[in-house]
Amino acid sequence: MSLIRQDVEKIARLARLSITEAEMPVYVTSLSSIVDFVAELSRAQTDRVEPMAHPLEGQHQRLRADMVTETDQHEKYQANAPQVQAGLYVVPRVIE
Amino acid sequence: MYHTLSIGELARRLAAKEVSSVELTRHFLERIDRLNPSLNAVITLTADRALDAASAADRRIEAGERGRLLGIPLIHKDIFCTDGVRTSCGSRMLDNFISPYDATIVTKLKAAGTVMLGKSNMDEFAMGSSNETSYYGPVKNPWDITKVPGGSSGGSSAASAARLAPFTTGTDTGGSIRQPAALTGVTGVKPTYGRVSRYGMIAFASSLDQAGVLARSAEDAAAVLEVMAGFDPKDSTSVDAPVPDYPALLEAPLKGLKIGLLREFFDGLESRNAALIREALKVYTSMGAETIEVSLPHLPLSVPTYYVVAPAECSSNLSRFDGVRFGYRCDQPKDLLDLYERSRGEGFGPEVKRRFMTGTYVLSAGYFDAYYLKAQKVRRLITDDFRAAFDKVDLLVGPTTPTPAFAIGAKVDDPVTMYLNDIYTIGANLAGLPGISAPCGFVDELPVGMQLIGPHFSEARLLSAAHLYQRATDWHLKTPGGYE
Repeated sequence: MSLIRQDVEKIARLARLSITEAEMPVYVTSLSSIVDFVAELSRAQTDRVEPMAHPLEGQHQRLRADMVTETDQHEKYQANAPQVQAGLYVVPRVIE
Repeated sequence: MYHTLSIGELARRLAAKEVSSVELTRHFLERIDRLNPSLNAVITLTADRALDAASAADRRIEAGERGRLLGIPLIHKDIFCTDGVRTSCGSRMLDNFISPYDATIVTKLKAAGTVMLGKSNMDEFAMGSSNETSYYGPVKNPWDITKVPGGSSGGSSAASAARLAPFTTGTDTGGSIRQPAALTGVTGVKPTYGRVSRYGMIAFASSLDQAGVLARSAEDAAAVLEVMAGFDPKDSTSVDAPVPDYPALLEAPLKGLKIGLLREFFDGLESRNAALIREALKVYTSMGAETIEVSLPHLPLSVPTYYVVAPAECSSNLSRFDGVRFGYRCDQPKDLLDLYERSRGEGFGPEVKRRFMTGTYVLSAGYFDAYYLKAQKVRRLITDDFRAAFDKVDLLVGPTTPTPAFAIGAKVDDPVTMYLNDIYTIGANLAGLPGISAPCGFVDELPVGMQLIGPHFSEARLLSAAHLYQRATDWHLKTPGGYE
């Protein structure tokens, strides 16, 4: 089952990735070959097999006391921001 | 000379004041200055910080403190966040990112008195098996600079092989420590999932990623792993189990050790590689180990399983790179969607985008069951196969890679051909098992690695098995021509 251009356009939109016109055919080919390759999984007999999300059994989410343990370091962390104003991250207008 | 000595010997000389950490640091900085241009292994140099850290280590030694890594230089893979130092993950997306904090393993190695010389080159976001996807250009293999060093920890493996530092750190999601270690003739250790903290390690695939070490020998790696490993409350998948004193356990006798030979590893393996692995096995049997043939019937499905699970997890983890809070932002975005799409489209390279889109596809409505859920089930089958094998044997030995290092540019056109390089390493990541690659010979003057895989938390046994092999052989002591 190979992918066509419309499939790749839809996936790119979901992934929030811009793909140029020149790049598009290359991605259609390479994604198709990857999808064909992983389709081999359908050969495996997996009735009544539980999916495995974590490699170690018996791990569970640890909880901690609901207490503040971090300090405010927003200036340090925002030093890497492309655009900051009054401690807020600036982006193009969202609401029309 | 200093760069041919073991970490143990360096520590001894430092403690005996035969050399200072500042002198050692200068020695390795000079080597990087002279030898790195031909390799492109180190992409950020931290010379001033290194000399400060070395002076601090010398003061601690002067005050009578002793430690296995006190005063020892290292290079960190550029996937580990280092406070105040650029952390690029080999990507344009983070080319301008100065990390505001240290990863836990960085903190631990600093506390032990190590000296960071710089950050090593890597495949972009740890996605690759040849270090050809880096924004900063490919890394060359010091054994033959027309060949790849492997990936994604290619910069670390090349730096370790060329002795630019006594050891380097790496990460392994599908083989990214073991495979480059094999291609460059160094000893690479991927611990059990959860053994080493992932806090501050830029995430690729959260259920597979693990931090580890690339060093000159299992003995050196044991000293480093003992410091790196341990419970970290900041990593929700960190396991709360005591860390054995790995160096103290290296000499455990091998007699009676049951070594499993995986049928699936040897089927179709190129004959000269297979011959080297069989020679290595003779060293083990001469020491009293016994070999038993085992089979992991679902193992051939490990590469397709990985190339569903890892891209799916990557697509989730890399969603945080959106041009808003840090990292690359495109020029003059016209609206929010354009900001996201072009920051990410321009900031990420082709392999990252391929994997991201593969992940998005297998998680999308209508395909989730057929691909992602299916892959998670096959993952359990593979893990169960390993568990059954470890009921019969203590560890598995086989090749690390199908071939020695290939030429730069040879495999970039077809992603699937590149993916098949990981055919022997991926199973251990899916099952969360520890694995080591140790040098076991040469084919066409290029290094070949032997892989040892053990049950969960068997690092002490694996390190000891690799160490005893290295006491009986000297492949790990060979240095590439021009880097002596």
